Amino acid sequence: MSERATLAMPVAGADAAASDLAGPRGRKPRRTLSRRNIILYGTLFVVAVYYLLPLYVMVVTSLKGMPEIRLGHIFAPPVEITFQPWVKAWAEACTGLNCDGLSRGFWNSVRITVPSVVLSIAIASVNGYALANWRFKGAEVFFTILIVGAFIPYQVMLYPIVIILREMGIYGTLTGLVLVHSIFGMPILTLLFRNYFASLPEELFKAARVDGAGFWGIYLRIMLPMSLPIFVVAVIIQITGIWNDFLFGVVYTKPDLYPMTVQLNNIVNSVQGVKEYNVNMAATLLTGLVPLLVYFVSGKLFVRGIAAGAVKG
Amino acid sequence: MRYRSVTAMLAASAAALAFAGSAGATDLEVTHWWTSGGEAAAVAELAKAFDATGNHWVDGAIAGSGDTARPIMVSRITGGDPMGATQFNHGRQAEELVEAGLMRNLDDIAAKENWKGVINPPSLLEGCMLDGHVYCVPVNIHAWQWLWLSNKAFADAGVSVPTNWDEFVAAAPALEKAGITPLAIGKQGWQEGGLFNNLLLAIGGKDLYLKIYQDKDAEAAGGAEMAKVFKAADDARKMAKNSNVQDWNQATNLVITGKAGGQSMGDWAQGEFQVAGQVAGKDYSCLVGLGMPNAYITTGGDSFYFPKLADEEKSKAQEELASVMLSPKTQVAFNLKKGSMPVRGDVDLTTANDCMKKGLEVLKAGNVIKSTDELISPDTNTQFNDLMAEFFAKQDMSVEDAQKRFADIIGSAD
Amino acid sequence: MRSQSERPYPLFRNLNAKIASIPMVLTALVVFVGGTAWTVLYSFTNSKLLPRWKFVGLDQYERLWSTPRWLVSIENLFIYGALSLIFSFVIGFLLAAMLDRKIRFEDTFRTIFLYPFALSFIVTGLVWQWLLNPDFGVQHVVRSLGWESFTFNPLYDRELVIYGILIAALWQGTGLIMCLMLAGLRSIDEDIWKAARVDGIPVWKTYLFIVIPMLRPVFVTTLVIIASAIVKVYDLVVAQTGGGPGHASEVPAKYVYDYMFLGQNLGQGFAASTMMLLSVVIVIVPWAYLEFGRRGRR
Repeated sequence: MSERATLAMPVAGADAAASDLAGPRGRKPRRTLSRRNIILYGTLFVVAVYYLLPLYVMVVTSLKGMPEIRLGHIFAPPVEITFQPWVKAWAEACTGLNCDGLSRGFWNSVRITVPSVVLSIAIASVNGYALANWRFKGAEVFFTILIVGAFIPYQVMLYPIVIILREMGIYGTLTGLVLVHSIFGMPILTLLFRNYFASLPEELFKAARVDGAGFWGIYLRIMLPMSLPIFVVAVIIQITGIWNDFLFGVVYTKPDLYPMTVQLNNIVNSVQGVKEYNVNMAATLLTGLVPLLVYFVSGKLFVRGIAAGAVKG
Repeated sequence: MRYRSVTAMLAASAAALAFAGSAGATDLEVTHWWTSGGEAAAVAELAKAFDATGNHWVDGAIAGSGDTARPIMVSRITGGDPMGATQFNHGRQAEELVEAGLMRNLDDIAAKENWKGVINPPSLLEGCMLDGHVYCVPVNIHAWQWLWLSNKAFADAGVSVPTNWDEFVAAAPALEKAGITPLAIGKQGWQEGGLFNNLLLAIGGKDLYLKIYQDKDAEAAGGAEMAKVFKAADDARKMAKNSNVQDWNQATNLVITGKAGGQSMGDWAQGEFQVAGQVAGKDYSCLVGLGMPNAYITTGGDSFYFPKLADEEKSKAQEELASVMLSPKTQVAFNLKKGSMPVRGDVDLTTANDCMKKGLEVLKAGNVIKSTDELISPDTNTQFNDLMAEFFAKQDMSVEDAQKRFADIIGSAD
Repeated sequence: MRSQSERPYPLFRNLNAKIASIPMVLTALVVFVGGTAWTVLYSFTNSKLLPRWKFVGLDQYERLWSTPRWLVSIENLFIYGALSLIFSFVIGFLLAAMLDRKIRFEDTFRTIFLYPFALSFIVTGLVWQWLLNPDFGVQHVVRSLGWESFTFNPLYDRELVIYGILIAALWQGTGLIMCLMLAGLRSIDEDIWKAARVDGIPVWKTYLFIVIPMLRPVFVTTLVIIASAIVKVYDLVVAQTGGGPGHASEVPAKYVYDYMFLGQNLGQGFAASTMMLLSVVIVIVPWAYLEFGRRGRR
């Protein structure tokens, strides 16, 4: 379905078309100020402003004192920078009688997130692999049910899960919470892995089978090493979802297990009293710091993984 | 019942997983939604009093009041992992839990300490009773029927501060001319519903109020007297047209800064004025019962319920907690910090400010009435709040339509 | 390929795969099917705060469909859903396409577009509530810069509030979509591009007719992710507008939650959930048939 172009349309960037086949020679022409680049970078820049604006407001607000916030407007940079809100958010903000800020919930969040991410991704990747390569009777039906499950609002499943956990005897424990997170992460992650494994060339799989490798052998030795990009995406989704989760972390646990988000809610959503916007913003940023860090690190892995695994036959 | 056996198993294992505590002391987990500065100071008084008995208060605060806290509390209780004590508002919120046998009764301690004799008004204790047993201990009274006015706003508009609702409505044009929003209100159903009920009580009177909410008389709800209340609500709607805030304390802030003339909100709003350093009478005025004659106040507030626990020690600690919450010393300390009124008739809040004193006078005179929380189910309440949210948001919704829907809701209320 | 034809029973074929899929099967059956069945069953009762087996037939449904608040929430879901779907795809794809062009600062741009996803919906809702507030947000700032009559107040306008929510939701979610699309785009062979260039096909046509069809699996995944987030939207609305003004930004998940816990009327909440599930099933089942109906084809 290639169009035989009678006139080679001067398409942006198509100037090197002819010489490509022979292999590039000389320096790659970098027309930094070409019209195409201006449009490209210009658009990206404008879009970036839309994305950065809220972050700017949050950071700027978290560095102001309360009088300045009341009198000034939200885009004004702080006249007097103060880190007090950050200190207060981390170590001093009160939630009820406990005045130790977000730090109380931080390790709980870690203890909840790490096993949940590991378990949910482990299960989902195996599921996806099984669905993509080892189709067995009825697998698709269960998968469809799973996908429908992804659309159910969590609140609806609240009571059934309470009952299930109670009968299993793990209601209120860390195990119960990890299980809940794994269950709800399953639909989307399985879909993600299934589609990814399905897009890998089938020859690899067939060749391995011919060599006599079994289910687990192929998974561990062939599939896993090739799936870094998708694992990174899965980790991004799960860490975000689980770290930021509030509902499960507060319903299925006890006070000494409450994650950071519960503390954040207590700081930001108190019904009475002065709303300390600067502390709220600092607390919000602190809570979001972990996923942000993960993105920052995983971004590089993501690119490297794609570059390494993108050599398709 | 299933609940009990699993509760026993889990409570026993939970007790085995020690919360640290000194010898002889029992840890009791208490859940509530008092997380802001002023509220926390108040709950600290309760905790202090409980700790003084040799036990240990384990705090389980969740911000966000009813809709955030309740699913948690209910899930914990039905999940077989109940807390030691939990806060609810006075009224029918915990009714089903009591009916399902998940809450323990406090008959012994109620009899021992003569709750019937000291709790004022008696309707508060009645609200805690089912089939003759006592299931909760009320700790405070919050009255909704207040109109808070900004002296500065009226001075700017060149009119004198109104002394009742009618004068307030009359002063509205002057306020608008001066660029001030006459009535501040947060655009949330419960606030608009609260305002409406205040008008109902102040203008319609106590009998109409009871006919509607206690007798659930749909005819009265659609009748001529009710129409007068709706007209007042229509006035309020017009006055609040430009009040572009969500939370109730943002609306209070408008009054504090003089950008709005007044707000009709419960007595917890006082805390905001106090924090802003304003003085009653000088910077702001307060009208109980919206200033209308024969003011009545509703006795909403908070109560603590105690889930059934299998552990003997903890059950004993529960009784001690209940007793401590109602003791005169704790009542005074707690309510002063919270800005609410004590439930005991025999204590005196001498250091209360002017506005609080007005409220206490009404309380002493016995002009109290049950709040809607105590009379109608949360479901009906939610429907009512939904209607109010719509009414206040749609300036073109006719008063007749609104009244008709209101009558329907009351007719099907439970 | 029947390398295990010696196994007597079909059940034991691919045994390892089946064992490995047990978590999925269990979850699907016990949690999703079981939980859903339980919910649907109890929607025919008048359960209040606690589930209660008192059958009332279709009462809850009758009440549901005569409640203005529910009708508004459905309408909102459609508008929000359609727009969110379209814009997420378009914006996500465009951003990915732009980043795929081997530009400088790719890392930076990618981080900028992705970081909002790290923040929870509650945070997103709050911040955008601020930005869109007429008294100290964007409108106020622009006015104080001189344009006195500039109006940008979606959150207090009943017709526009859903768009205010849309802006916040897109800000939060398009970063992930972009990542997924980027992964897909990067997996497309360089040779395809070269071939298209040699044939003189303009870039935009290459994208439209060659590349996009190749990205079908990625698109499907993205579609499911976006759609499931749309149906479940709750936190954002609560944080940004609380469903207001009035009920103009109400959404079904919020209706469900409010009636289950605030109104302590589980029956009503379950009826609403069942309606939501029904509509989802109606859409998913045909898709599943199309997707899996043809064996041997992905």
